[in-house]
Amino acid sequence: MQGWHEIMIPSTPEGRKQAEAEIMKTVGELGFTEEAQFSIKLALEEAVTNAIKHGNRFDKTKKVTIRYSCDHRTLTVSVKDEGKGFDPDKIPDPTAPENITLPYGRGIMLMAAYMDRVEYSPRGDEVTLVKENR
Amino acid sequence: MTETSGSQGRLSVDRKGGVHVVHFLDRKILDESNIVEIANQLFDLVDATKGIQLCLNFGNVQYLSSTVLGKLITLNTRVNEDNGKLVLCAIRPQILEVFKITKLTKLFDITDDETTALSHFN
Repeated sequence: MQGWHEIMIPSTPEGRKQAEAEIMKTVGELGFTEEAQFSIKLALEEAVTNAIKHGNRFDKTKKVTIRYSCDHRTLTVSVKDEGKGFDPDKIPDPTAPENITLPYGRGIMLMAAYMDRVEYSPRGDEVTLVKENR
Repeated sequence: MTETSGSQGRLSVDRKGGVHVVHFLDRKILDESNIVEIANQLFDLVDATKGIQLCLNFGNVQYLSSTVLGKLITLNTRVNEDNGKLVLCAIRPQILEVFKITKLTKLFDITDDETTALSHFN
């Protein structure tokens, strides 16, 4: 699959499922390993949920824009919301002893752990995820 | 020995020697609404059983999100506050890795299988 593809979804679980289904179908057809597909699904879930929940705050009038490019070696996905953005460096370390029992704040860590590269826009309203197929 | 069993929405609950053993019926625990429903069913079970001995069997679960981790942390806190015990078991290697990355293996009692989990209760 060459070039960039864009999916614009409403801030709803159904929208998230639609985008995930399309991207997971693509990486499956391109022969991404089971391990890579698990990582992509997990990171995509966290990124789109963050956009819907924290970015657009479940406002159904706001959209999440997902752009992706994929070949048999590399998937690149960007997820952009219509929120105010945030500074990922200011998210507390969820593994610190004082935070370990907090019931939130692990999505960003999981994306970083499962993707080969995670980048945020300067405003913090868009995250780009890169996963190599290996 | 299974004493009682039943299904509560997205969960099946068995009683084995005083331990409530919960199996998840969903393979993917991802949707916010599903997670809230599952969590509420678990919280209701904890509220209804003083000092609950609770084993969560993840054998059927292929995917979960960080939202689920948050709910499990809240559940663990509530069980402990009520002098109960929570053990997680049969977590697939890929999902167990999620617990390791987030260092939640330090917070939860996790065993390889249900038999071992049951041996962790008095």
